[in-house]
Amino acid sequence: MSVLKRVRLVLAILAILAAMLLFVDVSGAAHLWLGWIAKIQLLPAILALNLGVVVLLVILTLLFGRVYCSVICPLGIFQDVMARFGKMSRKNRYSYSPERKVLRYTFFVLFIATLVGGVSSVAGILEPYSSFGRIASNLFTPVYAWGNNLLAYISERAGSYAFYPREVWVKGIGTFVVAVSTLVVLAVLAWRNGRTYCNTVCPVGTLLGLLSRWSVFAPVIDTEKCISCKICSRNCKSACIDIANHKIDYSRCVVCMDCIDVCPKDAVSFRLRSKSKAAASAPDGGMKAKAGNAKQTVAKVAEKAPDAVSRKGFITGAGLLAVSAVRAQEMKVDGGFAEIIAKKVPKRETRIVPAGAQSLRHLASHCTGCQLCVEACPNGVLRPSGGLMTLLQPEMGFERGYCRPECVVCSEACPTGAIVKITVPEKSSIQVGHAVWIRENCIVLRDEQDCDNCARHCPTEAITMVPSDPDNRRSRKIPAVNVERCIGCGACENLCPSRPFSAIYVEGHENHRTI
Amino acid sequence: MKKDNIKIKANDMIGRGEFLKRLGGGAAVTAVALAGCGKGTVTQSGPLGEVPTDKMTYRVNKEKGDRVSILGYGCMRWPTRKRADGNGNEIDQETVNELVDYALSHGVNYFDTSPAYVQGWSERATGIALSRHPRSSYYLATKLSNFSNHTRESSMAMYRRSFEELQTDYMDYYLLHSIGGSMGDFNSRYIDNGMLDFLIQEREAGRVRNLGWSFHGRKENFDEILAMHEKVHWDFVQIQMNYSDWRNARGNNVNAEYLYAELEKRSIPIVIMEPLLGGRLSNVPDHIAARLKTARPDSSVASWAFRFAGSRDMILTVLSGMTYMEHLQDNIRTYSPLEPLTEEETEFLYETAELMLQYPTIPCNDCQYCMPCPYGLDIPGILLHYNKCVNEGNLPASSGDENYRKARRAYLVGYLRSVEKERQADRCTGCKQCNPHCPQSIDIPREMRRIDEFTEKLKQKLEF
Repeated sequence: MSVLKRVRLVLAILAILAAMLLFVDVSGAAHLWLGWIAKIQLLPAILALNLGVVVLLVILTLLFGRVYCSVICPLGIFQDVMARFGKMSRKNRYSYSPERKVLRYTFFVLFIATLVGGVSSVAGILEPYSSFGRIASNLFTPVYAWGNNLLAYISERAGSYAFYPREVWVKGIGTFVVAVSTLVVLAVLAWRNGRTYCNTVCPVGTLLGLLSRWSVFAPVIDTEKCISCKICSRNCKSACIDIANHKIDYSRCVVCMDCIDVCPKDAVSFRLRSKSKAAASAPDGGMKAKAGNAKQTVAKVAEKAPDAVSRKGFITGAGLLAVSAVRAQEMKVDGGFAEIIAKKVPKRETRIVPAGAQSLRHLASHCTGCQLCVEACPNGVLRPSGGLMTLLQPEMGFERGYCRPECVVCSEACPTGAIVKITVPEKSSIQVGHAVWIRENCIVLRDEQDCDNCARHCPTEAITMVPSDPDNRRSRKIPAVNVERCIGCGACENLCPSRPFSAIYVEGHENHRTI
Repeated sequence: MKKDNIKIKANDMIGRGEFLKRLGGGAAVTAVALAGCGKGTVTQSGPLGEVPTDKMTYRVNKEKGDRVSILGYGCMRWPTRKRADGNGNEIDQETVNELVDYALSHGVNYFDTSPAYVQGWSERATGIALSRHPRSSYYLATKLSNFSNHTRESSMAMYRRSFEELQTDYMDYYLLHSIGGSMGDFNSRYIDNGMLDFLIQEREAGRVRNLGWSFHGRKENFDEILAMHEKVHWDFVQIQMNYSDWRNARGNNVNAEYLYAELEKRSIPIVIMEPLLGGRLSNVPDHIAARLKTARPDSSVASWAFRFAGSRDMILTVLSGMTYMEHLQDNIRTYSPLEPLTEEETEFLYETAELMLQYPTIPCNDCQYCMPCPYGLDIPGILLHYNKCVNEGNLPASSGDENYRKARRAYLVGYLRSVEKERQADRCTGCKQCNPHCPQSIDIPREMRRIDEFTEKLKQKLEF
């Protein structure tokens, strides 16, 4: 195996391991150590206006071609892994095919258009880094978490506190379906033809391809030595070696060095491309990188909930708990648990996005839907949106937990600047929404039981308990929300005893404010 | 020393919440399987010592001539397991049968249950296990647990149902359940509806052989009910007694020293409950355990509490709610025969009790009377987790503590393990429906708040 290929393999393995760990991590600490792997991805870097990274990647590609696709892009490496299995089943399985320009640039234009147009859900589906993120977080994380839970089980037996169990749940059906479909399509394409996705669909691949046509170094065929045996072409997963013309399509070559390795005559070598031999296809003009413009995206304001909010909708089932409680008390017996009815998501007029996202618009124009924040959220709050225009983007819900005051993990994890990094003190003053009380669900009135759990847990003391009967100061107390102080963390909604719908829930704000 | 360490570990596990409780069923089965090897042989010896079959100490109820084993089986903590259909728990009847068989064959002959115990399943399970033996080989005790409905009809129905469930036509010992908290409650449950008069008739008819009551509450009420002795003639009284409560009863309890003396004056036989405070006297702070172990290296921590409870002459039997075979075996060992405490040992235990007072444990005995909480909390699970952390030194007094990081992790991870997230203290609404049920008079909502606030401090890594 050539040194170059060996270097490529080592780097690729490190990169995919880092990316995989970053996404499957359940400890919440990985993003501190491995966050760089997400931040050096091209699209996240562009969206986060991380100019240093963008410039470095451009220089890297201009020098060596699309090495990015072989050693940095986790989805590219992931496809290589699958292609490897394909090659095991049949050797020399690839062959040259000409570039599918129309298809390639159609996808590219669609990507740019949707990104600029603010439909980042479509852009996100095409984009490689976030596709990898979705596959990892939806399909690999559960496996990892189950492994963790097994260790937690064992460590509990052993009296150790090293591991503790994690919840595993499908966070968004839409995203899950997208992830599975992407995986299936990619697996089939990679198994059969190697890097078809990278060279036809992937917008990052196309963008880098525009640069790599001009790369200084590249694999070059020495026509003197070449015996046109086509071994290299048959092992080229990019299908870019045209032996008939002794040409390599450098816009598609991902510099995997396989051709160098397999050539029986050592006719292919990675070296400086001399001008005379630059047989690469003529560069297309006019397709200059538009990526820089992405930041100017003018996204539409996120969608309004399509149907009018019906409060009655989430009052249903309110009586259930009361009934079961009464049954338990009919004859007083000791022990046992009251049934816990799972909480349901209330219908919100405006969705809630995490502090640091600044506004629905900012989030929509920067988010690639990679799911890193969703995966990193230790409180079960973030999940991908199911809305058509916001598909894959994170949003908040408080059925499993609430946005805890000491946590800013999502803002630290986000590689694209969609959720801008904030500090813990900053978070306590960012208003992402406000709480709304629903009289019909409140157990103080419904069950006639004292309760102040929302007020007691409000981190900003925005809830005051006031008499339910204004004329009787000693009547049972109900919560009153001071919306000016409420930051929308959802502690009240999560800890409200009313099930399945809480008696207090959070409405999101389109633009976050600092209070 | 090593063998005993293992034992302490086993005791440690008691309070570890639902997860272990479920598993406990399995552990007990294993233990029974192991014990099964020794079936038919007279003794079973192992590293922990023999479990004698014929050395049990008995006390005689002079009036009726009953020869009662000093170890009584409390049927409040029968093992449960997850139902096969996943809908909650059920009694693990096979294990109950094995525990009952083992207890009988090792000399235990007093079984104490109630219609309220183990979600209302205890009487039936106890009846099933005991009916496999001759009725003359054991004494049955159950109670009129008419807590929620005081009407005569409902109380009568409860009384009759106990006979069906326990498959018997007479009760050896019948109790007015948990009285003394308020006289109004007592009158409403037993006097105004004529239930006490009815039970006196039943005693005359021979269907109740001994009539008595169990006490939790105020001293004045104890005196008042005891004064009825002239008229009613109480055959026995059941009180909470242990070396911690003897002089330092907490909450709404009365010092056992006083209760015992009053009963002794009237020569009323005494049944002891909570000799171990629901495990709090076996799962003690580390250095208390070390103190007891140093004094008697070969005895379990729990054995001290049982010897204390059984040493006095008026004690008819000492109830222990034994969920696991290991507990049963350990207690049989302690009482076969009972080696009464010497005066020095008794003083030593009083000193130990004083030392234990310095530990801020919450006096929960895991009796489950407060359950089910209508809002889903696992109240005993939360309190036991808290106590466990107190005992193990995992309750940092300040965020500057040397072991703060370790203690914080043990507290938070242990909390999640012991109590499901949705059943933790932060869910308490403060409705106070639980408080009247607690025999230890714990202000449960107040404790829930305190624990929640402490947990938040740890979670948020606040300085304190």
